[in-house]
Order: sequence, then structure tokens, then C-alpha cells
Amino acid sequence: MTEHKTDRTSSADALRIQGLRKSFGAQEVLGGIDLSVAQHEVICLIGASGSGKSTLLRCVNLLERIDAGSVWLDGQLITARGVDENLVRRHVGIVFQSFNLFPHMTVERNVTLAPMKVLGLSREEAAARAAELLGRFGLAEKRADYPDRLSGGQQQRVAIVRALAMRPRLMLLDEVTSALDPELVADVLDVIRELAMRGMTMLIATHEMGFAREVASRVCFLADGQIAEQAPPAQLFSEPSDERTRRFLRRITDAGRL
Amino acid sequence: MEAQGPPQLALPDLAARRSRLLGDSSRRGVVLSTASTVVVLAVLLAVFLLAPGSAQVRHTFLNPADMWKAFVGDPKAGYYSVGEALWLNIRMFVVAEVLILIVGLVVAVIRQSTGPVLLPLRVVTTIYVDVARGVPLILIIFALGYGLPALQLTVISDQSAAVYGVAALVLSYSAYVSEVYRAGISGVHRSQVAAARSLGLSQSSSMRYVILPQAIRNIIPPLLNDFISLQKDTALVGLLGSIEANKAAELFSDTVFNYSSYVVAAILFLILTIPLARFTDHLIRRDQARRLAGAGQ
Ligand SMILES: Nc1ncnc2c1ncn2[C@@H]1O[C@H](COP(=O)(O)OP(=O)(O)O)[C@@H](O)[C@H]1O
Ligand SMILES: [Mg+2]
Repeated sequence: MTEHKTDRTSSADALRIQGLRKSFGAQEVLGGIDLSVAQHEVICLIGASGSGKSTLLRCVNLLERIDAGSVWLDGQLITARGVDENLVRRHVGIVFQSFNLFPHMTVERNVTLAPMKVLGLSREEAAARAAELLGRFGLAEKRADYPDRLSGGQQQRVAIVRALAMRPRLMLLDEVTSALDPELVADVLDVIRELAMRGMTMLIATHEMGFAREVASRVCFLADGQIAEQAPPAQLFSEPSDERTRRFLRRITDAGRL
Repeated sequence: MEAQGPPQLALPDLAARRSRLLGDSSRRGVVLSTASTVVVLAVLLAVFLLAPGSAQVRHTFLNPADMWKAFVGDPKAGYYSVGEALWLNIRMFVVAEVLILIVGLVVAVIRQSTGPVLLPLRVVTTIYVDVARGVPLILIIFALGYGLPALQLTVISDQSAAVYGVAALVLSYSAYVSEVYRAGISGVHRSQVAAARSLGLSQSSSMRYVILPQAIRNIIPPLLNDFISLQKDTALVGLLGSIEANKAAELFSDTVFNYSSYVVAAILFLILTIPLARFTDHLIRRDQARRLAGAGQ
């Protein structure tokens, strides 16, 4: 992996977000987000649909241009003018809710494309990296298949593997199980669990409250364009301090999802 | 309506009724459709043969002896082989097609770009597409075929009529084809761009490896459609004096005063275009089948 030339203190947070604002037209979606993520931390973002979880993740990946504020990745300001967004994205993996995979490429080609074209790995090196990751997540025999031959859960696992093949320092997962049939969710959550155990720093938008409770070091509740409350899961789920969090959790409980 | 029938009214009866309604390939259906086709053709043929001027028309347009003479040609008598002239159509078509695929793609990618640097090019290509699609092909052929030689420039003014003709075809068709490409590009799901860019792929790499391959797969049928009409539009280059199939047919009719040569040209064009048309249909059907299979999963 290419290392940044600039010095970084080892104590730098993996990710630091300060005063991040983002509007679409007149609608302000993020109205000043402050968030620090330490190395190896797993943060779960929860909040009602439309509260801006996806937008926040896309801003961190520079897929959206932010209106105000700053984002540091490993102590490096990535929202400054002139920062090469492609260079930043090498180090930040993101997986979306659906339509991640390239349908015209085999699983292997999906995984090797970016390592070859972005990192300059040879075909053999990239294939070896893909084989190792696909094997680790039980996808070895899907190597030569096209995405439409895979189940939704397998597709999402391949999407995660594809992001991992870039050896990112930070993974962003945007409701990666929301579009799946219930029986396929567990396999995907297992993969994320394993990543957490191996110390991957992650920012996860999710509706799976049970899962958040289990893997998160901290849970952030997004409401009205702000992080209304953040706390370790045990605390946030059992004694939420913000009235909006309480209402949100009650709705979720009523829907039988907690 | 079936529900009103007695319950013991057996399934085969329902199935037979359904197959008749849907016109599917039951044996009865095949016999029926064959018969109706034969009847229609026979009626048309009878009308043609019984028309008062039928004998005259058959002599002037469908005279086998003249058709053969037109097909093989006789330069000493002042006319050329229509069959041989078709070879020029084929060459013009192939050269034009390759150039159109390239120019159309370049124009589409420029028009699809977003950066401020390419703004002047975007304006130029937008004007080009509007103008080239608005002006009839025949006028573009005349403009290049008579205009460029009149300029008396080196190289540019010294080309053969076929070259000006191909240039005109490329100019006109690239505009249409660029729109086909553009439709294909915007038909690729937006999230595919995000997925590609999020892996660190540059805008051009995303276009090359992720967007275009998917776009092109979707636009092969419409592209082939454009090429079917390109094949026959090569005949318009004859207006500049190139001896292509249509022009050869015209020379024959001017010399021999018989129009059978045009029928020969028409048949030859059909032999070119029908396979491409069938192939296009085949691709569309295969694509539909694949889509249905994909949706079932
Ligand atoms: N590209 C966009 N253009 C306009 N509005 C958008 C865009 N993306 C998101 N939004 C709006 O921003 C709000 C937050 O969306 P999102 O970040 O997707 O929320 P969440 O992921 O929490 O459901 C929504 O109201 C959505 O309609
Ligand atoms: Mg979302």
C-alpha cells in the first residue's frame, strides 16, 4: 500500500469530522457533524430513513462535495482544495445497499479491477489477493461466476471483499443488509463481525439494532442533521438521554426490530 | 368465461382454445398461418399479373435477360456490372461504419463529460449534433462532394467522389450514433459510477472499464439498426458520380432503356441488409430472454 509522505502521529484518529455541513438545494441534510473515530473503532450510525446516514458516508468518501467543515483521514485533511480524491478513496472502502458489483465482470474481475488499475498490481498479484480474500469469506468457488448468478448475500460479501482488496484503512458500510431477504442477512453480518474482530476501523450505517449493540464500540444517533446522541451501545440502547433517540428506539421496538 | 363451463369440460379443450387465441405453435396454428400467407401472396400476385400494364412492367423492370446483362455489365456497351459496383458500396459501408463508431463515441463521451475544461468542446459537439441531424444527408453529400473540390485545397480537394461520400456519411451518421451511445451511457445505473469511483478509479477508467462496456451491450441493437440504413444510404454517394450499385443501374437504364438493372440493385441491397436485420432481431430476442431469466432470480 502506498504510504502518505506526510508525517502522521500514531495517536491520530482514523477519522475526524468537524463541522460538516451538506445541503441539497434548500434542504440542509447535515447541519454540522462532529465525530471522531479512533483506530480499530467500530461506529454504528443509526437514525430514521432520510436522516442523512448515507450522505455522511458519501461525504467521507468524497463522493459528495461538502459545503462546510473538515474531514481528516489518519490526521490528513482530505477536504482541502487540491486533494486527489482518487488517492483518498484508495484508503477508504465503501459498500452500498445494492448495485455494488459490476454485472459485466466475473467475481474475480470485480475484485481485481481496482487493485490492477489503481494500485498497479500485476494480474497475478491481484488474482492472488482476490483468491485469498474470497477464500477467507467462503466465496472461493464463486470466483468465475457473474454477479447475477449469486444470491443477494453473496453479492454483498463480494462487494465487501472487493473493497478489502484495496487494503483500506477505513471501511464505510451503508445499510449493506437492508436490501437482503432476512435469511441472507446473517452471512453478511458474519463477515462484518470478522472484520471488526480483526481490528478494521469501520463506520456502519445500519438498521440492525441487535447487530449494532453487539459489534459497535459506539453508536451515533443521527437526527435533524446532527449527531443527537452518541454513546456505547449498552448505554445508548438502555438509557438514551435524548428524547428523539427514545422515540426512535421505541418505534423500532414496536416494529419488532430490537 | 371459462368458469361458466361445466366442470368436466376437460383441460385439453381449454388448452386448445388458449393456443388458438394466442396463435402459438400448435400444428393447427402453423397450418393456418401458412395457408393465410399463401392466400395473401397469391392475391397480390394475381392483381399484379392481371393489371392492364402488367406485361409492360414485367418487360421493363423484371426482364431476366436484362437483369443478367445489368448484373454482369459490359463496359464496351457503356454500362458497368451492378454486382461489381456493389463492392464499392460494401467498402464505403465498412470504412464509414468504423469511423462512425469512433467519432460517435468520442462525441458522446465529450457531451457526457462534466469538467469545466471541456466546456468549449461540449458546446461545439452539441452544435454539431444538432446541425448534422437537422440537415438532410443528401445536402451534406452535395456540400462535401461539390464544396470541398471547389475550395482548391491540396489533398482535401483532390479526393475521389467516394471519399467525399464516405465523409458525408460519417458526418451525418456519427451525430445519430453519438446520441445512441449517450442513451446507452445514461442507461447504466448511477450507482455503478459511484461504485467505480469509490474504488479509486479515475473518471476515465470508470468510463472505460465500467460504464462503456455496459452501455455498449445495451445499444448493440439500435446501432445495428443504424447500420442497416447506412448500408443502403451508401447508394446516395452515386449522386456524386461514383459507380456504386445504384449508379451502375442508372447507367444501364440510360444505355439500354430498361429498368431491370434497378431491380438487380435492389435485390443486391436486400442480400446485404436482410442478414443484418435478422441478426439484430436475434440479438434483441436473446437479450429479452436473458432479462427475463435475470428477473426470475
Ligand atoms: N443526491 C441527492 N440530491 C438531492 N437530495 C438528496 C440526495 N441524496 C440524498 N438526498 C436527500 O437527503 C436526505 C438524506 O438522505 P440519506 O443520506 O440518503 O438518508 P439516510 O441514508 O439516512 O436514509 C433525504 O431527504 C434525501 O432525499
Ligand atoms: Mg441511506
